[in-house]
Amino acid sequence: MELTGAQALVKSLEMQEVEVIFGLPGGAILPVYDPIIDSPIRHILVRHEQGAGHMAEGYAQATGRPGVAMVTSGPGATNVVTALADAYMDSIPFVCVTGQVATSAIGTDAFQESDTTGITLGVTKHNWLVTDAADIPQVVREAFYIATTGRPGPVLIDLPKDVATSTMEWYWPDGVNLPGYHPASQPDPAAIRAAAELVVAAARPVIYAGGGVLKSGASKVLRELVDLTGIPVVTTLMARGSFPDSHPLCLGMPGMHGNYTAVTALQKADLLLALGSRFDDRVTGKVSAFAPGAKVVHVDIDKAEIGKVRRPEVGILADCRLAIEALVASIAACGPLDRGRLAPWIATLQRWQAEYPCTYDRSEPEHAEAVTGGGGRRPTLKPQFVIERLRASTPPDTILVSGVGQHQMWASQYWAFEYPNTWVNSGGLGTMGFAVPAAIGAKVGRPDRMVWAVDGDGCFQMTAQELATASAERIPVKIAILNNAYLGMVRQWQHMFYEERYSEVYLSPDLPDYVGWAEAMGCVGLRAESPEEVTPAIEKANDIDDRPVVIDFRTDSMEQVFPMVPAGASNDDIVVHPSQRLRDSEVSQ
Amino acid sequence: MTQDHRPHGPRHRLLSVLVENKAGVLARVAGLFSRRGYNIFSLAVAPTDDERFSRISIVVDVESSPLEQVVAQLDKLINVVEIGELHPDEAREAELLLVSVSANAGQRSQVIQLVGVFAGRIVDVGHEAITVMVAGAPEVLDDFESLMRPYGIAGLQRSGRIALPKLDKRSSPSGAMSVVDIA
Repeated sequence: MELTGAQALVKSLEMQEVEVIFGLPGGAILPVYDPIIDSPIRHILVRHEQGAGHMAEGYAQATGRPGVAMVTSGPGATNVVTALADAYMDSIPFVCVTGQVATSAIGTDAFQESDTTGITLGVTKHNWLVTDAADIPQVVREAFYIATTGRPGPVLIDLPKDVATSTMEWYWPDGVNLPGYHPASQPDPAAIRAAAELVVAAARPVIYAGGGVLKSGASKVLRELVDLTGIPVVTTLMARGSFPDSHPLCLGMPGMHGNYTAVTALQKADLLLALGSRFDDRVTGKVSAFAPGAKVVHVDIDKAEIGKVRRPEVGILADCRLAIEALVASIAACGPLDRGRLAPWIATLQRWQAEYPCTYDRSEPEHAEAVTGGGGRRPTLKPQFVIERLRASTPPDTILVSGVGQHQMWASQYWAFEYPNTWVNSGGLGTMGFAVPAAIGAKVGRPDRMVWAVDGDGCFQMTAQELATASAERIPVKIAILNNAYLGMVRQWQHMFYEERYSEVYLSPDLPDYVGWAEAMGCVGLRAESPEEVTPAIEKANDIDDRPVVIDFRTDSMEQVFPMVPAGASNDDIVVHPSQRLRDSEVSQ
Repeated sequence: MTQDHRPHGPRHRLLSVLVENKAGVLARVAGLFSRRGYNIFSLAVAPTDDERFSRISIVVDVESSPLEQVVAQLDKLINVVEIGELHPDEAREAELLLVSVSANAGQRSQVIQLVGVFAGRIVDVGHEAITVMVAGAPEVLDDFESLMRPYGIAGLQRSGRIALPKLDKRSSPSGAMSVVDIA
């Protein structure tokens, strides 16, 4: 069967069971857009290529399947680079197809030419410039294999226009031919035994669960490990939902804005069981002062992560799920564990949880007296309160998406995660504007779930044009803007570290008019300005299932994220909420 | 060139990297070094006897980052098939040097004499200079280079180190690859 390169590409995507492509056509990719008309693959027309990339990421994070985006050459390709870099940092399986100028024009500064494979070299796991249509099925098969195996990540296929229009004899390859690619899978039994011995001997162990737990589908076996050993768990920003927050041994998020107990548990531990986590600077703080008394067992599928930041006592190069399964078996073989051995440690953690919960100054009517001083001033709306109400008003398996900044940290702190793959955010790259398109991608992948994005007003303005995509494609996402009229996290740093000299962070609560924006984009726009208006607005949004909804929550501009470990400081120097600091000084008096 | 930067100093380690012979592979390797802040001291690349593969010999400055991390990151490149470190004691190393040296009538015979001592070859002769080719162990080339410097060097190019493991001298014929596979 003779096919054009374009037909072969679309057929190859069908062979890979792609159900949706997020994309935007243009000159160089035009040949591929013709066979898309006849393909069962759904195509979602975005308004900007960055949106296509983040939608593919949101789809992948919510479903565990690779997301696919397709864009044209030149500016189409450069616009998707941010999403590729984001997926590279967060190990998200993402296959991106870019059009390219004809092979004869490459290198001539042709119209809409860019060196796409060169530009994306450092932000993809691998990329290809296809120069022969006959290579297309092989390249597509290898692209999906590389994106989804080992440490997942983004890959890019650059397809010149003449390759797309030339013909080839269709085939589907039997397998991949990658002599230099051997993803790790099973752990070394000796390393597992060594790890098990450390686990059994530890008095103050902590499981430091990272994104690899979710990527490898290890949530269930992680639960088994905790049930067997009684070891408490911290879940990093990338691992929220991998272990349920409702579990008594879940300590929540560690790191720069982690809660006191999670941060301090790592600091005081005598054993860290790092599972698919990478000792990111936002978790460790000052590396030389991180978990100083702890031995480390580090499980990772990427050899380069083991020992990159912290040299482990036991390094285990393996798939996280397989390693945890082996560890469970090995520990079980050691005989019954003394259930009381961790009792003093757990008691200490529980004391910290009671003394230093995440907290904020409440402003609802019943607390308003204290906040307004009884002056009758309208109480401000606290962003944390919005997230607590949102959590209480939505199904437990709701998928929560966020942008980057204060709202992201509050979302992670105050949302109680119960299930894996219910948290979609930009962790490593910190991409503002991620939430709206990622939420759309997540909803496309999981139409059965309620999908809420918690976004900042600064983030929202970066990619909100994709609400037109959501309306046109009938993708009923819900967006909660925590509108504090500022680039809030930058403002917080200027408050704390630049003597309150606020430089270029004010955005205005009214410009744009977010309700007007939503309605102009075919969405329902709502606004809530006081605590009493929050739940009714959320309930109204929950009842709308035929179009997107945006709620403009007018929140307190002054609110800051606590706890906080200042950048470069030791985690021992964690700054807790002011009310808890006051109590500390009373205690010391 | 200071003592520290001599290619056989302790901070320099030689990696022998077998890569797929595909377009852009060198850019991937070089790009990895630059974006991760690793320093390359020298790099030589050429096809092997198997046309599917090329071999890149890289002298890495391990002062900037541990060799283990450099190797682990290199190994993540899809087109990198095999990485070995060649220890100087276990490898035959060679490098090629081309140098154009000022050699007027008065100095020419001294220069030619030194070239003879180093088993070099004169590949070009001009009125005021000659161009010499010398092959050998990197430290020998260092010596030659310093002996030529007083005469005036007009141009100098070294190839970077290339190496293969030493052959097994015992009776078993299978010892050709004693390179330590560290990836």
